[in-house]
Amino acid sequence: MSHETFEPTIIGFTCNWCSYRAADLAGTSRLKYPPNIRLIRLMCSGRLDPTFVIKALASGADGVLITGCHPGECHYLEQNYKALRRYLLLRRTLAALGIEPQRIKLVWASAAEGAKFATEATAFVEEIRALGPLGWGKSTNGKGLEGILEPSQKGEEVAA
Amino acid sequence: MSGKNGHPQERIGVYVCHCGSNIAGTVDVEQVAQWAASRLQHRGVVIARDYKFMCSSLGQELIEKDIKELGLTRVVVAACSPHLHENTFRTACARAGLNPYLCELVSIREQVSWVHTDRTAATMKAQAIVAGGVERVLHHQPLEPLRVPIHEATLVVGGGIAGIQAALEIADAGYPVYLVEREPSIGGHMAQFDKTFPTLDCAACILTPKMVQVGEHPNITLLTWSEVEKVEGFVGNFTVTVRKKARKVNTDLCTGCGICQEKCPKKVVDEVYEAGLGYRKAVYTPFPQAVPKYPVIDVANCIYFEKGTCKACEKFCPTGAIDFNQQDEILTLQVGNIVLATGYDIFDARRASNYGYGRLANVFTSLEMERMCNAAGPTGGKIVLRDGKTVPKTVGIIHCVGSRDRNFNNYCSVICCMQSLKFAHLVKERTGATVYNFYIDMRTPFKDYDEFYQRVLEEGTLFVRGKVAEVTDAARLPGEEGKLIIQVEDTLIGKQRRIPVDMVILSVGLEPRRDAKEVARKFGIACSANGWFTERHPKLDPVATMTEGIFIAGCAQGPKDIPASVAQGAAAAARVLGKIRQKEITLEPIRASIDESKCSGCRICNGLCPFNAILFHEDRMVSEINPALCQGCGTCVAACPAGAISGTGFSNEQILAQIEGLLLLNLEPQPA
Repeated sequence: MSHETFEPTIIGFTCNWCSYRAADLAGTSRLKYPPNIRLIRLMCSGRLDPTFVIKALASGADGVLITGCHPGECHYLEQNYKALRRYLLLRRTLAALGIEPQRIKLVWASAAEGAKFATEATAFVEEIRALGPLGWGKSTNGKGLEGILEPSQKGEEVAA
Repeated sequence: MSGKNGHPQERIGVYVCHCGSNIAGTVDVEQVAQWAASRLQHRGVVIARDYKFMCSSLGQELIEKDIKELGLTRVVVAACSPHLHENTFRTACARAGLNPYLCELVSIREQVSWVHTDRTAATMKAQAIVAGGVERVLHHQPLEPLRVPIHEATLVVGGGIAGIQAALEIADAGYPVYLVEREPSIGGHMAQFDKTFPTLDCAACILTPKMVQVGEHPNITLLTWSEVEKVEGFVGNFTVTVRKKARKVNTDLCTGCGICQEKCPKKVVDEVYEAGLGYRKAVYTPFPQAVPKYPVIDVANCIYFEKGTCKACEKFCPTGAIDFNQQDEILTLQVGNIVLATGYDIFDARRASNYGYGRLANVFTSLEMERMCNAAGPTGGKIVLRDGKTVPKTVGIIHCVGSRDRNFNNYCSVICCMQSLKFAHLVKERTGATVYNFYIDMRTPFKDYDEFYQRVLEEGTLFVRGKVAEVTDAARLPGEEGKLIIQVEDTLIGKQRRIPVDMVILSVGLEPRRDAKEVARKFGIACSANGWFTERHPKLDPVATMTEGIFIAGCAQGPKDIPASVAQGAAAAARVLGKIRQKEITLEPIRASIDESKCSGCRICNGLCPFNAILFHEDRMVSEINPALCQGCGTCVAACPAGAISGTGFSNEQILAQIEGLLLLNLEPQPA
């Protein structure tokens, strides 16, 4: 796949109260962003289990966008701070795994910031496009996380 | 039958909505439905249809018929945002006998057709989203909504006109109301005004009867000089902690005779009610018609509290009501619903330093002008310069100060055009002065407003279209000495003009209360980027918030005039009454729970919950979640290292399956 035609696949996590509504607002305002990003709604960015991110990257996503309410504006008071902590840990974990930490990105977007959501989504697609394909999904035969966490069931020898 | 692996027992129906051309214009909806029918068949999809408007009654009947005739056990609707129609489709499923929580609505309008242009790419993304929904719905659990009783009492925060209206409507319907106001009297900004546009009726004449009604209403507990400290609980069952600040006046004894105010030797500039233009005493009621009539002692300025002597008020009080030892009281209120009507602050005109407010004596703000026009105000209703006697011969009124200005606030403050026209009329009527209005655009859109504008035009007020660059006292041309010169580009004639005037009135914009964000946090609601409280829906749900049981009214939600504030106060009351009459409320059953057999007692989750919903059993060394306090954010679910916590509606299985679906990992191989 040549660099010019590489279309990344990105999973985006949104919170029910701010960033999902920002995405809704981007829609109702007819703002445009590239179709590479597919969203998952959580109740809160604090719900984001780091496993979800690893799972997405291991299953074929080239990048993961994590979004939530602005600090101090969390619907659940302060849970987005917990998302921030996990995000910072995740970046270090990814780096340790040899994956560019820039493949994940945290963006705050309030329900009123449809334009910001669209801009950030567009920018992130370009950033991931520049990084190129991750290809983690291929190395696990599309089996995703299970492909890494559970080694071959058949007991075949794996080349070192 | 439905498939070879995965979930052969589940029978899923997929419904793809055209939304007229809203979705079908960009997404090949027929293709999406056909694709789902063939490539997701082995995942349990037994039928996939596309339809013009899924949310129409015919569209809903389509789903209901399939549930009954094809024995569907799960439903995926690909249409608009779940925030719009999730309930519609859940209800349709329930009508056909399917548990409503076995329905998943995925958004291919807000997230696909409205934001993408390439038809092929958009169609492919819509397919991925449908696949995500199908994988997710396989892990849905049938749920029952939570039912909790609703407490009949309501808390109204803010005693301006919006809060007064809300409190009266609810109290008149026969339910108890606590009205909390942080100033010594209710009345809000409206009590400061002289005349109200466009009818020019006197603000006090129409407001004070309502204030008295509040004060005397058997169903209203009025808590002035009080502030909400803490809010706990949820819709139907809020526990609110209110600090009733010490008035230093025993309200059981006080008759409101006013002798203490007369005798108090300490004069203080009244920054709140008189907008800094007049004085009050250290013991005071903000104005004579204050409700309640009881004064407060301003401890920071009272001579007795400063120096330990004076006690003039105590000496002269005929009923012995002064109580210097009175302490703050902490009240705990149980309420079912809350209305926030906390109002606005005015833009600080000093920030627009080019207009010279605070530096040039005869530059006034609109609020100062209200007090000056008011017959009960510091000048007795005379419009005079800062020296207190000179009547101005020319007056310039500058619109949009702090509004529609990228340096300050980009929004329109709504009331300033009409307010400026009102001042133009009053100044002309009372002084005969020449009045200039400097406007960017004239905005007079409501009932009888434009008629008022026409009237002011006919009265001979001069209008200059252009944003004023500067107000200065540096005279350059003859005739400018001793005047304030307004430098402006008159955009209708395309020329720079210098207009000398005696007095400048800055029509300052409205801003969110300085502590609006803190208040929003306290009550668990959201603020817009500008700082106004965010409504549930900007058009269809303007007084509800994202937090069940908390409503907003008046300028706290955004700039608006008195009629709109009153309408919102009444609307919020109607919503509250609707809730109270339901007796109990149904809540989304999105809650976390702990499997005690898996819990290791590590207590990691305990500190994560801001609602204190997780309690730890020392005896059994396990944690437990109180479903009544849990708000369903899922942070503990994500944090539990043992996987002992699960969250309904957003379980690990549901999210992980949705990821697989979105990444198209579970497709039936394409037929050759």
